[in-house]
Amino acid sequence: MSDVNSQRRGFLKTSLGVAAVSIAPGMLLFDVAHGKSEAVTSKVRWGMMIDTAQCKEGCNECVTACNTENGLTGGKLPTDSQWIRKIEIKDISSGRELSLPMMCQHCEQPPCVDVCPTGASFKREDGIVLVDKHRCIGCRYCMMACPYKARSFVHEVVTDQNPDVPRGKGTVESCTMCVHKIDAGEQPACAQSCPNKAILFGDLNNQESEIYKKVHSVASVQVRADLQLNPGVRYQGL
Amino acid sequence: MPSLSSLHFKNRIYWLLMAIGVLVAAAGLFSVHMMEEHGHIISGMNNQIVWGLPHVFAIFLIVAASGVLNVASIGSVFGKVIYKARAPLASLLSIAMLAGGLTVLMLDLGRPDRVIVAATNFNPTSVFAWNVVIYSGMFSLIVVYLWTMMEQRMNAWTKPAGILVFAWRFILTTGTGMIFAFLTARQAYGSALLPPMFIVLSFAWGLAVFHLVQASIYSWNEKQLDDSIMARKKNLLGIFVLGSLYMVAAYHFTNMYFAHQKGFELFILRDGGIYPNLFWWGYVVIGNLIPLVLIFGPGLGKSKCVMMASLMVVLGAFSLLYVFIVGGQAYPLNIFPGHIAISSFGDGQISEYHPSIYEILLGFGGLAIAFVITIASVRILNFMPQDKPYIAD
Amino acid sequence: MKLLASLLLFLCMPVVWAAEANIPKPDIGKGGQCVKDTQWMRKNHMHLLVHQRDETVRKGIRDDSISLKNCIECHASTKDDSVIARNDSFCVACHHYEAVKIDCFECHSGTRKSAWKQRSAK
Repeated sequence: MSDVNSQRRGFLKTSLGVAAVSIAPGMLLFDVAHGKSEAVTSKVRWGMMIDTAQCKEGCNECVTACNTENGLTGGKLPTDSQWIRKIEIKDISSGRELSLPMMCQHCEQPPCVDVCPTGASFKREDGIVLVDKHRCIGCRYCMMACPYKARSFVHEVVTDQNPDVPRGKGTVESCTMCVHKIDAGEQPACAQSCPNKAILFGDLNNQESEIYKKVHSVASVQVRADLQLNPGVRYQGL
Repeated sequence: MPSLSSLHFKNRIYWLLMAIGVLVAAAGLFSVHMMEEHGHIISGMNNQIVWGLPHVFAIFLIVAASGVLNVASIGSVFGKVIYKARAPLASLLSIAMLAGGLTVLMLDLGRPDRVIVAATNFNPTSVFAWNVVIYSGMFSLIVVYLWTMMEQRMNAWTKPAGILVFAWRFILTTGTGMIFAFLTARQAYGSALLPPMFIVLSFAWGLAVFHLVQASIYSWNEKQLDDSIMARKKNLLGIFVLGSLYMVAAYHFTNMYFAHQKGFELFILRDGGIYPNLFWWGYVVIGNLIPLVLIFGPGLGKSKCVMMASLMVVLGAFSLLYVFIVGGQAYPLNIFPGHIAISSFGDGQISEYHPSIYEILLGFGGLAIAFVITIASVRILNFMPQDKPYIAD
Repeated sequence: MKLLASLLLFLCMPVVWAAEANIPKPDIGKGGQCVKDTQWMRKNHMHLLVHQRDETVRKGIRDDSISLKNCIECHASTKDDSVIARNDSFCVACHHYEAVKIDCFECHSGTRKSAWKQRSAK
């Protein structure tokens, strides 16, 4: 081998070594999505149990937490996105009042998935209903179909998004059950932030989980159960 | 007696009409550009009223497009001679209005740059995805049908092509009705009555549009349509108007009977402000009752009356669609039956909708596209009816 | 004929020289060893992105090394923590040169996650 070539080789080896040494610490330190190399399966079904007795009127902790986590403005104009909202309801006949959070119910038979022309609205194997923004054309048919008015349309340009939560103009979005947090083994922001622990998150299929035990012991209902969509979110005390 | 020569436009009028059409279409495209840049925030639509004025225009154009084919079908399928002569113009109108309506729909998308995605990713359970196939199929079938009519050697195939077009257009209108019929959660929609209702509405609206276009083109060419031909067709319009009034009445009557639908029906028919006004005055009176009087009234029923009636049917169509599409969304979703709800997201509240200039421009742009296609095609090819001396069949 | 051919070739030289002068010089941020070599990435990054995004979004497969956030973590400029902020930012430099519009950042953040987190924590 000629002198020049061996010199070049030496140079390349050294610079690679230097480069490796310089980025290695960075690669150990950075906090991107925790690696998961296998697909999710339907062995797990994520769901939530909301105890409306613990939910206080006027408290908006879950909404604020969701807005902060997902980079929503928190605005209340008719064009602003609201992934979760507090609803105050009053029984017409009895006059009983109740406060509860309403978000995407992550149905087992989601009408939004049925109507989406491109398949952008889809249900992940583990039960989370999401919008694949790569395919969403912004037709808003899913918004018409949702019985819970869970979906919002992004009406204006979005900047400075949370790197974990991509969202942009012209697509439809809704509560993702903080899928980026769930995949990292954490809880959704709303469940984590409720001061009264009104929102219980867990695996509905896991017999050892707290939510499974609660669903099987206390009375709870699904909203609009008559539509037979089998939502993953249940309400206690409704 | 109308001459046997085909109708072409006089130059000056033609260029003037084209200029107007292209200008309005350009205005529509301008508003699309603005929406692309700034987002739908500049429109009047929001998270409660997700489909607005553009959809009113688009659905009118699509429903009328399928209805106008009736004129052709009565000729090709049922063999009535004066309708046969009108089949090419009806088919052209159908293509033109379908193109206009679909353009409005596609350009109102949040991401119209992703139309390719829509054309290549089909969700088999989505009626929108079915419609992509049905609408494109309709275009191709009409083109084939036109070919069988205009190419003398293919005239023998006109009847089978006509039957196919006749069946396909029923599927198309059913598809349009099913868009709404499948929305089980909404009180305004979710009814099996909607596909047949849309079919009957298409009969009336299609024929009304046909009358208007035919009369306009005749007058721009300073020719006169034979009154006896007009007499037959006006009765058909009358029947279709009666039919559509019946369907809408049946829909609302049945709806009102259900206790849980009463609130919504009272909103549409009595308490909703603009919606009852548009429904009663716009649709029932202007869109149905006055045309019926003009068509069947003693001493009336001449060409001018039929033209007025057709125009009013079209105005009634827009009124009904506005009430149906926008009014249906303005009434809040009943998420907790038996409860009153209130929230920061419009729960329990009637939503407001104020169309912006961009939506108006987009809607008219769609009409303009249909207009330009029709005018240009009539000048270039032989679409206008060539009536032989009228013999009752 | 030969004279004509050589004349034409001679005229091409300034064009080549000028084109070379315009070659984009992206700010590669932290740079160093990428998950694949540069030439492979130049030819195939778009296919990798399009395939991987479906795996991640629809199946929940979040392979660190080929996640978009990871690319940005390395390639965001060390000056402004972004892959899209300036004309010579990592993504913009070449895309601008090739006149291919980048759609990704309509929705995705172009900012290094660690920097974004620091900024929003304040």
